Amino acid sequence: MHKTRFFDHLILICGVLFLMTPVVVAFMTSTHTAAEIHSKGLMLSPGGHFAETYTTVLTRQGGFTGQVTGARMVMNSFILGVGFAAGKIILSMLAAYAIVYFRFRMANLAFWIIFTTLLLPLEVRIMPSYQVMTQLGLINTYTGLIVPLLASATGTFYFRQFFKSVPDELLEAARIDGAGPFKFFIDVLVPLSRTMMAAIFIIMFVYGWNQYLWPMLMTTDESFFTLMRGIKSILQVWIGSQIPDYNEAFALAVLAMLPPVLIVVIFQRWFIKGLTESDK
Amino acid sequence: MATIDINQVSKIYTGGVTAVRSVDINIADGEFIVLVGPSGCGKSTLLRMVAGLEVISQGAVRIGDRVVNDVDPADRDIAMVFQNYALYPHMTVYENLAYGLKNRGTPKAEIAERVAEAARMLQLEPYLERRPRALSGGQRQRVAMGRAIVRKPAAFLFDEPLSNLDAKLRVSMRGEIKRLQRRLGTTSIYVTHDQLEAMTLADRLVVLNGGQIEQIGAPLEVYHTPASTFVASFIGSPAMNLVKGDLHGDRLAIGPAMFELGGYAPASGPLTVGLRAEDLRIAREGEVSFALRVDYVEELGSQRLVHGTLGDQPLTAALPPETALGDAINLAIPPDRLHFFANETGKRIGNGLPAPTTPAAERLGAGRLVAHR
Repeated sequence: MHKTRFFDHLILICGVLFLMTPVVVAFMTSTHTAAEIHSKGLMLSPGGHFAETYTTVLTRQGGFTGQVTGARMVMNSFILGVGFAAGKIILSMLAAYAIVYFRFRMANLAFWIIFTTLLLPLEVRIMPSYQVMTQLGLINTYTGLIVPLLASATGTFYFRQFFKSVPDELLEAARIDGAGPFKFFIDVLVPLSRTMMAAIFIIMFVYGWNQYLWPMLMTTDESFFTLMRGIKSILQVWIGSQIPDYNEAFALAVLAMLPPVLIVVIFQRWFIKGLTESDK
Repeated sequence: MATIDINQVSKIYTGGVTAVRSVDINIADGEFIVLVGPSGCGKSTLLRMVAGLEVISQGAVRIGDRVVNDVDPADRDIAMVFQNYALYPHMTVYENLAYGLKNRGTPKAEIAERVAEAARMLQLEPYLERRPRALSGGQRQRVAMGRAIVRKPAAFLFDEPLSNLDAKLRVSMRGEIKRLQRRLGTTSIYVTHDQLEAMTLADRLVVLNGGQIEQIGAPLEVYHTPASTFVASFIGSPAMNLVKGDLHGDRLAIGPAMFELGGYAPASGPLTVGLRAEDLRIAREGEVSFALRVDYVEELGSQRLVHGTLGDQPLTAALPPETALGDAINLAIPPDRLHFFANETGKRIGNGLPAPTTPAAERLGAGRLVAHR
């Protein structure tokens, strides 16, 4: 093994500083008052307004209608993130199962067609998607927010590769053991894919959580606003001589960062376990 | 428990490749059949057709008195042991053993009882709560066998189950499989490419080559009267020497060496002569003998394999370890140990010379088999 030396630590410390400083600055700044931030800029030392800023952000009813709170937005983002991740995993697992285990004509062609169309980013197909959702009357619903983004080429591809690596004998043993296609999927493939699911959950939750453009199009009702929109709307209030609530924007940003961090920390254990456990 | 009838079974893949050609095997209840052959001979394909994992292109497979061609593998009342064990990695040993029973709706109490019984039989009791990952190769193999046993199927199908084990473990597992099959009396089909495994396990051997049966018979029968040059060279280790010979009346010429067959003349003209390395011995004074020019020697401890040439043809002799060696040695072979094969077809000619009556015990060959192993 390589012995850790001073220089290695130096590089690591630099890396940590580089990544952590903006977060720390954001957090410290959020504990000052808006006026202070406006006059002095970003802060590195803690201010005295931590509790009140965060309470305000989470509970004050704001927005145009004066009904949406920060907590509500956190919840919306959470629904979007989890619904997104869970939906994508279920959908892409089923798709991959069909592609890998059922021999139908042109399965590979079908896969590649799906794959290439889905490689197009949301922004490219956003107009038709929006139109379909409008006509279905799904504007301002969680369904409308989540469903159009569920089909995932990445997820399907990962699961396809994973299923292909599962030895054929396992399927054969299960067949002899009397497990049909459904039982094999539930009893064998799903438990085997746990680590894969954890990995995709991390990626997709963060992706869903960070969605900005799609929720903005799909929601006009403020009770469906997500955190990402909330941060933006705070900075948009330039009325008269009012200073934007920088502190609240920073507080919301810090809050917005926490759930993805938690998800990564929780699922990372599984993820690494899956990578290090040999012999599937 | 059941008989298995394999009747004119062929496997033709799309594209026209024939993997198995018109195979006929009738397996008696409780019999241990070993399918043996080199890789690509169709032995695994045949087994997988019996299991229902491959579609049968032609012919019929009957388990008991039921034609199972279109029966799902789960309903064929068979259990299979795979080369790479195919244990469910996320289930404990207990769950692995119980899974097949659970799918068949066996009551919980009975599952527990049967798993316990199988675990006792295979000495798996301490490992029931472990996952396959935490087991050694031999233990995994035993779990795979346990999964077959708990089902109490009509037949066991083994697909090279010992190939992934190291040599020493293979020998002991071989013994365990044999003992277990005897004890349970379940009809078994076992596929292997290892002739030694085939010899030791089988009640009857089926030697396959190119998708066709070369010979079916008891191990010693196959060893002593191989039906073709292929079987002769495949069964037995070291492989039987096959040399070109010429038969005129009852006089056989192999290169410079001449043999008197004492009136026995199964054919005439050029043919292939088979000599088992272990049938060759150092010639005594005054005996009919021939000279072998020694190339190199392999020491096996219990014997030494002398590789050399007779005339211009390579020949291997298995001699006792104390044999003195020079550049050339004089060898003899009892004429009744010579095998004759037709040059064109490779098929056996005649049944060999009748053995002299005296050394009957030696003729049994059992001692010899052990020695050459």
